[in-house]
Amino acid sequence: MLKKTVLSVLFITLLVIPAALFAGGQSEGNVIKIGFDIPLTGDRPKVGEGTKFAAELIKEKVNAAGGLEVGGEKYMLDFIYVDNELKAESAVQAAFKLIEQDQVLAIVGPDGSTQAIPAGQVANDNRTPLISPWSTNPNTTLDRPYVFRACFLDPFQAPVAAKFASEQFGAETVSVMYNLEDDYSKTLAELFKAAWEEKNGAGSVLNFESYGNKDQDFSVQLTAITAADPDFLYLPCFYNKVAMIVPQAKDLGWEKPVMGSDSWGSADLVKLSKGAVKGYYFTTHYAAAGAVGATKDFIDEYNEAYGYVPDDVGALSFDAVNIVLQAIQNAGLTGDLQTDRDAVKDAMASLESYPGITGTMTFTPDGDPIKDAVVVMVNDDGEFEFVATMQP
Amino acid sequence: MFTTVLQNLFNALQWGSFYSMIALGYCLVYGVLRLINFAHGDIFMMACYFAFFIATFFLSIFLGLPGPVIFVITLFLTIMVTAGLGVFIERVAYRPLRKKGAHRLYVVITALMLGFILENGNLAVLGASSRRFPDMIDKVIISFGGVNLTNLKIIVILSSIVVFFILNLIVNKTKIGMAMRAISYDKFAIPLMGIPVNKVITFTFALGSGLAAVAGILFGMSYPVLDPYMGMIIGWKAFIAAVVGGIGDIKGAFLGGFILGFIEIIVVAFFPSSYKDLIAFVILLLILTIKPTGFFGVAKSTKI
Repeated sequence: MLKKTVLSVLFITLLVIPAALFAGGQSEGNVIKIGFDIPLTGDRPKVGEGTKFAAELIKEKVNAAGGLEVGGEKYMLDFIYVDNELKAESAVQAAFKLIEQDQVLAIVGPDGSTQAIPAGQVANDNRTPLISPWSTNPNTTLDRPYVFRACFLDPFQAPVAAKFASEQFGAETVSVMYNLEDDYSKTLAELFKAAWEEKNGAGSVLNFESYGNKDQDFSVQLTAITAADPDFLYLPCFYNKVAMIVPQAKDLGWEKPVMGSDSWGSADLVKLSKGAVKGYYFTTHYAAAGAVGATKDFIDEYNEAYGYVPDDVGALSFDAVNIVLQAIQNAGLTGDLQTDRDAVKDAMASLESYPGITGTMTFTPDGDPIKDAVVVMVNDDGEFEFVATMQP
Repeated sequence: MFTTVLQNLFNALQWGSFYSMIALGYCLVYGVLRLINFAHGDIFMMACYFAFFIATFFLSIFLGLPGPVIFVITLFLTIMVTAGLGVFIERVAYRPLRKKGAHRLYVVITALMLGFILENGNLAVLGASSRRFPDMIDKVIISFGGVNLTNLKIIVILSSIVVFFILNLIVNKTKIGMAMRAISYDKFAIPLMGIPVNKVITFTFALGSGLAAVAGILFGMSYPVLDPYMGMIIGWKAFIAAVVGGIGDIKGAFLGGFILGFIEIIVVAFFPSSYKDLIAFVILLLILTIKPTGFFGVAKSTKI
């Protein structure tokens, strides 16, 4: 028995060592390694999938053309995807692995703020540029010169939603329901409440209800909201929760409009909610229906390759990866990893009017882009249809 | 105000029904084997997925068939398949241990591990994407005096009551029920009386898993977003509910589920929902401190 165990341990070791050596040996030659710290499993795997698929599109195109041209030389792209399971701890581990073990030049991800805030800290401490495609929480980039994002911020999104609701529904009162265990949802709910009360006076937010990550039944909160009868419901929650909350609200007699945030923007939203969200609005980064130019090209290519229209994570990831590549091209490569990381960071910070597919971006010194928010409606075909672009 | 209270009453009844139905399964297996079947919540989860596949299959094959007929077919098949799963688990995991006379601790650990195997096996096979449970019954919203009920809510509440009475009947009025109670009473003397212990245990697992199947289908219809970890928390909570109600007593498990459902709903109605588990379990802890055998449990030797 013991002999067997020893043998099998030996066998595994023999298998693993060459594999590890192989993986380590890949850095030979002209290769640019970029790491991805994304959720491929967990509650919202579609998010990580969107990032990965968008990145793969770019990689295939660049590598098919012989690589990325930096300072007259061609470099092949090597993208390393590490699963953060949608957990903060795993996102930190993934960032460490990418920075120290895989020696990547820059990191794209994590997508959600809950993971991007701690992972951003790791990247900043280890002086590695990191760009989150989708994290809208201010703390992700705050006082972190190495951390960037490709999207706008929560504080920006909340007043846009408030402004739009006032104009579109003529609303004066609102109820808010959010996920207390999710930094993103909580921050957005609080900012929205502040923006709304500033506009409509104290007491205009009739309910400020919360729920937890593992909750499946929301009947109590929704009973209270339905009884208060506000002009609309603000639901800054992730699509999987929206898909549970909205049908339950309708069961309890809710008939008024619902408005959400960019976390609604997933290809799974309509499927999971079985169309219950049709006619509702949310603020987001881009709209697939009604897109033109480079945005449309991206959508078509993505749809052809993977069989569905990319959600905003896909579009933002596409921009994030391209920003990194652009910055690398602007900075040039010396071959010394830390020098290159610093140079890429500086090049990213000084990008001006970068024409992304989700809008033209100029980075502030904090690493946040200045761009417009888009308001979309879920139309009868279940597509996210462009309604307006807005500044608060 | 009154309508809100009434509405919440129905909310609590629906939520409690699920705890009750799952708690009954725990109680049954515990009663006969003294085994805390921690995999029960995951059997419930598997039932949800079985129902998902069966319902989707029948809805796509027989387009013309009315929803309720498909519901009945799905219910029947899901109970069968899930009962099969329960029996399979008993055969491959628990029975070998029992044969070797392993300590109860090992069996409980095995149950916990099986739960993780089911969860992660599901994750590996089906992927992490949440799935949308198909609609089999057209939802009708019935409102009276500001209170809104769906037909599904009523079906859920009635089902849990019917399930309880059927189970009660089986345990107390049938021969196999008598055998179950007998094993619970003395599992060493019973084989000597010519009662096929393993057969009775197999039946117990089939019955318990069948209960999980009923809960699973109704849960899928009520909260139609499925994911592999959905059974874990609700399973543990239902187990606690069974203990508080008095595990080993069918009536206790049944009412324990409703007690937990009511407490949770009341807490959420007055506090932020993150306090739900905190306050609910403090209350349950107090109940257990005052009455360690649970609400309806008495310190007796037959635990069913």
